[in-house]
Amino acid sequence: MSVPRIRWHIIVFLAPATLVYTAVMIFPLFNTLRLALYSEVEQVRVFVGLENFHTLFFDPIWSEQFWNAIGNNFWFFLIHMLVQNPIGVALAAILSHPRLRFAALYRSAIFIPTILSFVIVGFAWKLILSPIWGIAPSMLDAVGLKFLFAPWLGKEEYALTTLALISVWQFVGIPMMLIYAALLSIPDEILEAGEIEGITGMSAFWKLKLPLILPSIGIISILTFVGNFNAFDLIYVAQGALAGPDFSTDILGTFMYRTFFGFQLQLGDPHMGSAIAGAMFAIILVGVCIYLFGIQTRMRRYQL
Amino acid sequence: MTRNSLKLALATIGLVATGAQAQDVSLTIESWRNDDLALWQQEIIPAFEAEHSGIKVIFSPSAPTEYNAALNSKLDAGSAGDIITCRPFDASLALFEAGHLTDLDDMEAMNNFSDVAKSAWQTDDGSATFCVPMASVIHGFIYNADAFAELGIEVPATEAEFFAALDTIKEDGSYIPMAMGTNDQWEAATMGYNNIGPNYWKGEEGRRALIAGEQKLTDDPWVAPYETLAKWGDYLGDGYEAQTYPDSQNLFTLGRAAIYPAGSWEIAGFNAQADFAMGAFKPPVRNAGDTCYISDHTDIGIGMNAATANPEAAKTFLAWVGSPEFASIFGNALPGFFPLSKTPVELTDPLAKEFVSWRGECESTIRSTYQILSRGTPNLENETWGASVAAIKGTSSPAELGQKLQEGLASWYAPQQ
Repeated sequence: MSVPRIRWHIIVFLAPATLVYTAVMIFPLFNTLRLALYSEVEQVRVFVGLENFHTLFFDPIWSEQFWNAIGNNFWFFLIHMLVQNPIGVALAAILSHPRLRFAALYRSAIFIPTILSFVIVGFAWKLILSPIWGIAPSMLDAVGLKFLFAPWLGKEEYALTTLALISVWQFVGIPMMLIYAALLSIPDEILEAGEIEGITGMSAFWKLKLPLILPSIGIISILTFVGNFNAFDLIYVAQGALAGPDFSTDILGTFMYRTFFGFQLQLGDPHMGSAIAGAMFAIILVGVCIYLFGIQTRMRRYQL
Repeated sequence: MTRNSLKLALATIGLVATGAQAQDVSLTIESWRNDDLALWQQEIIPAFEAEHSGIKVIFSPSAPTEYNAALNSKLDAGSAGDIITCRPFDASLALFEAGHLTDLDDMEAMNNFSDVAKSAWQTDDGSATFCVPMASVIHGFIYNADAFAELGIEVPATEAEFFAALDTIKEDGSYIPMAMGTNDQWEAATMGYNNIGPNYWKGEEGRRALIAGEQKLTDDPWVAPYETLAKWGDYLGDGYEAQTYPDSQNLFTLGRAAIYPAGSWEIAGFNAQADFAMGAFKPPVRNAGDTCYISDHTDIGIGMNAATANPEAAKTFLAWVGSPEFASIFGNALPGFFPLSKTPVELTDPLAKEFVSWRGECESTIRSTYQILSRGTPNLENETWGASVAAIKGTSSPAELGQKLQEGLASWYAPQQ
């Protein structure tokens, strides 16, 4: 019986990724969580336990902003789930139709906004929608619908939905691509077998293809969830750190940024900022866990 | 850790690369005045470098709304420039208390400034001054003189005349009466509330009473400006809710709007952009014959990063900034930033001269929210932005706004409890 050898090559191959990932992800994450347990009193950092979280959840000044940000975040997510993903699936279904011409052109055109920077998207849409220089008012005017135009980004009741739709415009290419790939991987034999049984056209999509791409839709939902709850850039570019008008577009990311780094005369508070970051982490963790253990394990998979 | 070693590596490469060249000291200035980049590069820095060979100065500004956050992170990370442009009051005081700014009391150039000028960059007890005062800005209204002549409007002196003028412009329809938007929020507070407000709360008298807790934000002098702002909404352009600060500047300089609620810092930019005659008037008083009050806000100072590698060169630069020579160059290169030094500076720009002439006619004060009152959470200045926007849009009543601001302030500020 020989002593099992240490298999060095495994350690050597794993080391670079583990080290880099630890240095840039795991360590900062836990350090942020640790920072949330401290506060600064007269230039000295003191341990305060969970007091920052208590302030965040129960002090009316903080909790009002916090729940407002969470509510806005859920609305932002809801718009993506209701608009972005169904449109993505529909586009993929159309694109995978064998008789569609110029499919590659459409595919690229729809996917291109995804690779643009948030800054470009934010500024471009701000200009398009600007009541003064924008093309949106004049385009509506040209078809006689000028009365429908409103300064959407400046109105409390529309601003968040407008920004969510801009984000949908930017990212609709991602669900489209993932579903498209999933649709292409369905073997023709299955569809032909369906045809023999009389399942064609729309019912082929609903009865055969959709159940087969459900796992992909699940993955897209969870990616959307994580992406939306980490969102920050678009709101910051379009509305600034105060997420106006009157905090109606404030989401957890902008709330965290404003608290952590400060804004105008408001000085930054890294400890409260970390507490908010911790809450964001917890929300995302819970969401992902619900998906992994509650949904993914129960999903039926088909051997193709 | 990783960051430091990386910086060390970069620094080593930098040293090797520059080692062969002359031993010039280079100073980097952190600032939020990105609008002034050209003036610093073409006028101010060459004037300094001509006298002080061996010191190179780099002006490195960031966007105004991002400046404080960016600067704080850079200072904490040790990557900030040698010279720090100072916001007035608490933002800089916090930097001094955290050890990021050097006490400059022993500098001879400090004697060129009055106590009032220095007060924006002193500890509460006045024992240490940590920034050299550079300039103040004055609030008022800039108007399109050609448009006023065309419509036969006299420059308004009282509020009644002001709104009558706005009505005339609106009826005529060829100009937007007033160029301001609420998208970026701060204009409503800075060029709205703090522009017209001093006439209501009687300048320093009201401001000090508020700090002492003798007046409340629910009192009439503090609520009435919101009632006036509520009337502004009718005179702003279509879709002002989504109009940004640069939009407003462009609307005015393109000649599409007649009146621009301003700070004097706009003068240089407007002179370059507008091709019509401009004039300025001070915030209209409520009734003819009332004493007028203006916001003459100590806005910009300059200090030294305590962690600088070149303290001697930095002090040389600061001493030059404190000299009357700099005041003259700066005041004329940047009309609208009025030097704070005791020696009076002869200004040449007519618009700037108009603004600065109000110092002789009116009582001066500074913005009400800046000293002490924005120390806590919620931050009174930032809350005032939201409140001013809400007043203009009419989403809350002035009384409600006063109530909300008072509750916020009283939640952390003892004299108001």
